[in-house]
Amino acid sequence: MNPVIGYAAIAAVALASALIGFYGLRISRTTSDFYVASRTVRPWWNASAIGGEYLSAASFLGIAGLILLQGAGGLWFPIGYTAGYLMLLLFVAAPLRRSGAFTIPDFTEARLESIWARRVTSTLVIVVGWFYIVPQLQGAALTVRITTGLPSWVGSVAVAIIVGVIVAAGGMRSITFVQAFQFWLKLTALAVPVVALLLILGGGEPAPQLTPAEAFPPAAGPAELDAYRTVSLMVALLLGTLGLPHVLVRFYTNPDGVAARRTTVIVLVLLSVFYLFPTAFGLLGRAFAPDLAASGEADALVLLLPGRLVPGIGGELLTALVIAGAFAAFLSTSSGLVVSLAGVISQDLLGGSVRGFRIAAIASSFIPLLVALTTESAGLAGSVGLVFAFTASTLCPMLILGIWWRGLTARGAIAGMVAGAVLSGAAILGGPLFSAAAPALRPFLEQPAAWTVPIAITVTVLVSRADRHRIPRGADAFLTRLHVPEQRVR
Amino acid sequence: MPESTLLAAALGVVGGALAVGLVLFLRRIVLASKELGTDAEQATYQTLHLASRAAEHLRGGIDELDALRAGKHLRALLGCESLAIVDRSGTIAIDGDDAVRPVAERLAAAALASGRQQVQRRIPIGAWETDAVVAPILGGAGPLGAGPLGAIVAFASPVRSGLVRATGEVAEWVAAQIELGELDASRAALAEAEVRALRAQISPHFIYNSLNAIASFINTDPAQARELVLEFADFTRYSFRRHGDFTTVAEELRSIDSYLRLERARFGERLKVTLQIAPEVLSTVVPFLSIQPLVENAVRHGLESKEGGGTITIEAADSGAFAEISVEDDGVGIDPQTLAAVLAGGTPGGEHVGLRNVDARLRQVYGDELGLVVETNVGAGTLVRMRVPKAGPRRPTAATSPDGRLEP
Repeated sequence: MNPVIGYAAIAAVALASALIGFYGLRISRTTSDFYVASRTVRPWWNASAIGGEYLSAASFLGIAGLILLQGAGGLWFPIGYTAGYLMLLLFVAAPLRRSGAFTIPDFTEARLESIWARRVTSTLVIVVGWFYIVPQLQGAALTVRITTGLPSWVGSVAVAIIVGVIVAAGGMRSITFVQAFQFWLKLTALAVPVVALLLILGGGEPAPQLTPAEAFPPAAGPAELDAYRTVSLMVALLLGTLGLPHVLVRFYTNPDGVAARRTTVIVLVLLSVFYLFPTAFGLLGRAFAPDLAASGEADALVLLLPGRLVPGIGGELLTALVIAGAFAAFLSTSSGLVVSLAGVISQDLLGGSVRGFRIAAIASSFIPLLVALTTESAGLAGSVGLVFAFTASTLCPMLILGIWWRGLTARGAIAGMVAGAVLSGAAILGGPLFSAAAPALRPFLEQPAAWTVPIAITVTVLVSRADRHRIPRGADAFLTRLHVPEQRVR
Repeated sequence: MPESTLLAAALGVVGGALAVGLVLFLRRIVLASKELGTDAEQATYQTLHLASRAAEHLRGGIDELDALRAGKHLRALLGCESLAIVDRSGTIAIDGDDAVRPVAERLAAAALASGRQQVQRRIPIGAWETDAVVAPILGGAGPLGAGPLGAIVAFASPVRSGLVRATGEVAEWVAAQIELGELDASRAALAEAEVRALRAQISPHFIYNSLNAIASFINTDPAQARELVLEFADFTRYSFRRHGDFTTVAEELRSIDSYLRLERARFGERLKVTLQIAPEVLSTVVPFLSIQPLVENAVRHGLESKEGGGTITIEAADSGAFAEISVEDDGVGIDPQTLAAVLAGGTPGGEHVGLRNVDARLRQVYGDELGLVVETNVGAGTLVRMRVPKAGPRRPTAATSPDGRLEP
């Protein structure tokens, strides 16, 4: 593969992101007209921005790789990622918007009136964010290694530096434009190659390496899926979306609840359309590139397939497009996360100053870099799935009970979060060790959400009940605020 | 082996955290045991420590929950077997044996009626007997009025004279704490009232100038005059509204638009405006009339006296958990020393009072570190910046209307 194309695509995306970040606001929003200046973000724009932030390396590269490896099992990921937004819409989005709390730690403190609950929540948010950035950096390492031949670490370091510098220098003063651009870039970068490949393959050339019966054996079909693993994965993905630090913030860009709901519906549509394409890539890969089905290599399927199937300059251009889309995925998700994390860190630890925000932004991009450099990716979709499982067992019980149950107390929330964090953390990190000792436990350790989430909820409820006389005084007023529809005062 | 590396990293993190916790714990023990001093010193420390722990819960008055928490420390302080705190309405919080409740109720009622300390001996409670001392908590002439605020009942067998004296002292101390709490509350109310009073008012100059400008259009351009009257109505309706100390950036911009249209009737083309508003911050909650006075200050003190007018630039941008809002003009600027005097509150009612007003309210609501930042010099224009946390004000009491909702 021609490395120049790789360099050019990566440089173009990085430059475009930086330029839109720094100058987008100046160009699009400089006016002398108050009507134009106070126009809110249209739901379409906002939905694109949410999609841009949400579609990470796991969606862009990981899903196709997983379908190549596992077959139908990989299809649950796009379903879970999309349906997570439905949960957000049903249970969290509107009340949280009414609460006036801007981040999850803000919400915890306002709801539970406890500084310790806030600290625990902040710590968890930071941990979740950092571990969610790691797969993005690993995806960048993979992409750079495959497409340019440079050592892997170059990709991780490049993304960490670009994101850290853009965010710290104030290049995200209007994040909506950048993220919306990234979404459409990602969609184009997958849709165009898929359509082109299908058109070319429709002519019968080149012939698939495997017959349909070999490429899609019943063993990789839906009938063979393990019920426990599937349920657990769905619990993780559906509930994990609720607690992601960068997702909630976006709903504040909507002027009111109606626009927030409309935005969510559009997000569901956009995500559903997007996920058609990685799925198509995965299915094509099973028939045309079965040799890539090795752990660690499978994630490169999206990057390699166009070049293999389309010879000459056409294939190179399609590859360049895919590389650009992949980098858009790494940059957008990482920068969204870094902005949210830097906000939380600077507010809780550094006094909320501008300088504190910059330091926090740099720290939030370099600590995940260290983790990414010292560990090796074992499949992007899988590792993001584990981050979702961790979020679902820690932040999600607190959020849902905080919004829907009057009896939640600070101690209950802290106990639940700590229990969820310890159990799911132990299962995720110590899983290989424990399952070597007791192979029967293997599925429970690889997909822990189905038992850690109920335990975390039970602990939260039991401790709160035992601690009944410590229900915060403002609980009733706060819940009223969350659930009574806002009136437009004019 | 990625798993083993990850596992090692995780173990390292957990081990590190445990080690830090252990070190902190040991340090605490060492610090506590070092220089414990003589017995008298230790007793003094113990007493003061318990008193300050109890005081935390007494500042908000003695409703059941607070009394329960304070009672734990007070019982340790007095060294009695059970302690009951009864407030004026008869609500009882008991730390210790709950069986004393009816006795505590009876004794407290007596003490509240007489206003005097009493000791009663050999009170039968179930199968056993106990002594009790009751002391009324006598308030001064606070907002709750004179008379007892409640009573403290200490149960011990036997009650010695030391406990009787100590209970009386504790009751007096509790009364003082409650009064201090009331003082805190009235101080907060005062601060809130100050914010209300500081709420920017429309300047008489502006009303006079606007009406003059409108009058000049009535004959020459009745349509324009009509437009201006409507703008004036919009602007005054917003500025005079009674409810809520908070508004959104979008509402504030709308009011600035009305204001500038009225000013433009006088200035004509000499007044140019550039806006750059990130859509993410439009719904940010800001104190009511906190941006408009900055624009008014720029017009009245920056551009009015400048030959040929000038430009005002209003920017609002997203910055993590904060919204950054700035108002800049290329007018005559302000002498930094004058400005410092104004912001320090030296010249009440003088020039730039709008800036001082906004600055004071921002500090009141968000804390001293988030006041206005002004960059200016004579002839160099003026740039006023503010940073507002998107999460809203820190003290929810000032931010919310009586039903607990943030005013939109």
